[in-house]
Amino acid sequence: MSLDALYQQIILDHSKLRHGEGLASDEPPAGASCGESHQLNPTCGDEITVRLAVVDGRISQFRWDGDGCSISMASASVLTELAEGTDTEELRQLIEVFREMLRSRGKIAADPEVLGDAAAFEGVARYVARVKCAMLSWVAAEDALAQATTA
Amino acid sequence: MVAIPTHLLHSAGTLDNDEVRRIRNDFPILHQQVNGRDLVYLDSGATSQNPLSVIEAEQEFYEQRNSAVHRGAHYLAVEATESFEDARETVAAFIGARSDELVWTSNATEGLNLLSYSFLNASLPGAPAESARFALGEGDEIVVTEMEHHANLIPWQQLAMRTGATLRYIPVDDSGALVMEEAARILGPRTRVLAFTHASNVLGTINPVTELVALAREHGALVVLDACQSAPHMPVDVKALDVDFAVFSGHKMLAPTGVGAVYGKAGHLNAMPPFLTGGSMITTVTMEKAAFLPAPQRFEAGTQRISQAIALASAANYLKETGIARIHEWETVLGQRLVSGLSALPGIRVLGPAAGQERIGLAAFDVDGVHAHDVGQYLDDRGIAVRVGHHCAQPLHRRLGLTATTRASTYLYNTTDDVDALLEAVSGVRSYFRV
Repeated sequence: MSLDALYQQIILDHSKLRHGEGLASDEPPAGASCGESHQLNPTCGDEITVRLAVVDGRISQFRWDGDGCSISMASASVLTELAEGTDTEELRQLIEVFREMLRSRGKIAADPEVLGDAAAFEGVARYVARVKCAMLSWVAAEDALAQATTA
Repeated sequence: MVAIPTHLLHSAGTLDNDEVRRIRNDFPILHQQVNGRDLVYLDSGATSQNPLSVIEAEQEFYEQRNSAVHRGAHYLAVEATESFEDARETVAAFIGARSDELVWTSNATEGLNLLSYSFLNASLPGAPAESARFALGEGDEIVVTEMEHHANLIPWQQLAMRTGATLRYIPVDDSGALVMEEAARILGPRTRVLAFTHASNVLGTINPVTELVALAREHGALVVLDACQSAPHMPVDVKALDVDFAVFSGHKMLAPTGVGAVYGKAGHLNAMPPFLTGGSMITTVTMEKAAFLPAPQRFEAGTQRISQAIALASAANYLKETGIARIHEWETVLGQRLVSGLSALPGIRVLGPAAGQERIGLAAFDVDGVHAHDVGQYLDDRGIAVRVGHHCAQPLHRRLGLTATTRASTYLYNTTDDVDALLEAVSGVRSYFRV
C-alpha cells in the first residue's frame, strides 16, 4: 500500500481548494429547514461544524468550517459537492455506503458510480487510524440532516 | 540478578554511534523493516522499547517464581515476595529513594490520581487528624503549570472542584520556559500543592526544580514532581531535589506497560489516607472498620503487578549499568541535532527552547501548511515512527496557537543517523503535500 494510494490527487486538490468552506460566507436560503452539527475527534483535535439547508426535500446548501488534516478537510469538500442538490434520502444512503466502505478495511471496493469523488477515499480504509478523519464531516452531515428533517 | 548489557562488554567513556549500535543489538524490536525501510523509532517519549534482558526478567519470573506476594508460606511465595521487594529497592535506589518510600502503581497517571484522591480523602469530614496537612478547602490553592501533561492537570482540576480549592497555573513564555516572575507572584500563603513536570513532553524544557521547590517551601506547600520525561533520561535524585512526591512510568524507561511508581517522603505517605482499599493493605479488620499498614503497602491494595515491577527493576539496572548521566549526555546531542536541523528547514517551527538552549532529547514541531497527522503518515511511509497530535497537552498547544504537532523523541538506542533520517524525510513533506 503506497502513500500515493492514500493521498490521491483528488484528495490533495480538495484539501487545498475546499468547496463549501465558510459558514459565515452565505446565509442559509430563506424558508429552508436547517441543521447544524459540530464534531470533534478527541485523539487528534480535528474538528468540524457542518450546516446544511433543506428546501423541498433536497439539500440546497452545505457549508462547513473545520480544522484538521488533509483527509478530513478534503472529505468535507468532496461531501459538499456530492450533497448539494441531492435528495435527503439519497444523502442518507450515500453516507451509509461511504461508512460501510471505510470500515471494511479494504474489503469493499469503492464504486465511483455511487460515490463519485468520494471513491478516492478508498485508500483510507486500509489505514484504520485515519478512518475517523474521513468520516468526521459525514458524521456531522448525518446529524445535521437528522435535525433539518425532523424539525 | 543483574544482566550486564552486552554493549558494556566492549566499551566505556562517552556514548557514541558505535556504542549505540551495540546497544541496539539488545533491543529485538528495533531490527525490523516498516514499509520496506529500516524502522527508525523516534517515539520513546510516548513509550520506550524493552531490551532482551528486561523481557527475559519478566519471562524468568513466570517460568521460575510466579506466585502471590506477601501471603502464603510456600517456597514460590517467598521467592516471589523477595524478588518483588528487591525490585522495589532497586527502583527506589535508582531515583535516590528508600524502598519504603516507593509505591507501585499501574503508571504515572495512576500515581497522580493516588495523590489527588488521597488528598481528597484527607479533605473529607472524619479524616484522621494526622492527614490534616493534605486537607484542602475553600481559600486553598493548587498550582500547576501551563505545560502540564493532562495527567498532571486533570486530577488537580478534579481535586479543586471537589474540595472548593482554586486551581492556578504558572504561564509559559513563547520560548517554552515557565515565567518565573509569575511563579513568584502566584505562589503564596494560600498555596497548598505545587505540581509540575520536571521536563516537558512537548517543549523539551527542563524546569528549574530547585527554584520552584524553594518558592513552595517559602509558603509551606507540598511539591509534586512529574518525572515521566526525566527519570528515564537523566539523573534524578528525589532527595537532592527535595520534592515531597514524584511519579514516573515504567514503560517510558525500557520496562513493560502496567507499572509505574510514586515516590513520597515516608512521613507523608504514612500520614496520608489510602486511595484504593482492600486486601494486603490492612492490619486488623472487623466488620465495622479496618486499620492500615504503613507505606508502601498502605497504597498497594489487591494483587500487585509483580512481574512488571521485576522487569522495571531490570530496566533500571540496564540504565544504571549503561550510565544515566551518559545517556543524558547522548540524548542532549541528539536533541540539539534535532532542533538545529529542523529549525534550518523552511516552514518548520520547533516548539520550545531554541538550538543551543538546554532541552531533553525530543522536539515537537509544526509544518506550515501540513497537518501533523499528514506529517506522521508521510514519515510512517518511510519507516519513521513519531507521535502526532496534542501529546496530551491541549492547553499548551492552545497557548502556542496550535492544535496538533509532530514530535520526535529519542532514547539511548537512537543514533545520529536516526535523527538525520527524520530531517531528510521532513524536508520532503511540504512539497509532497503541494505547499
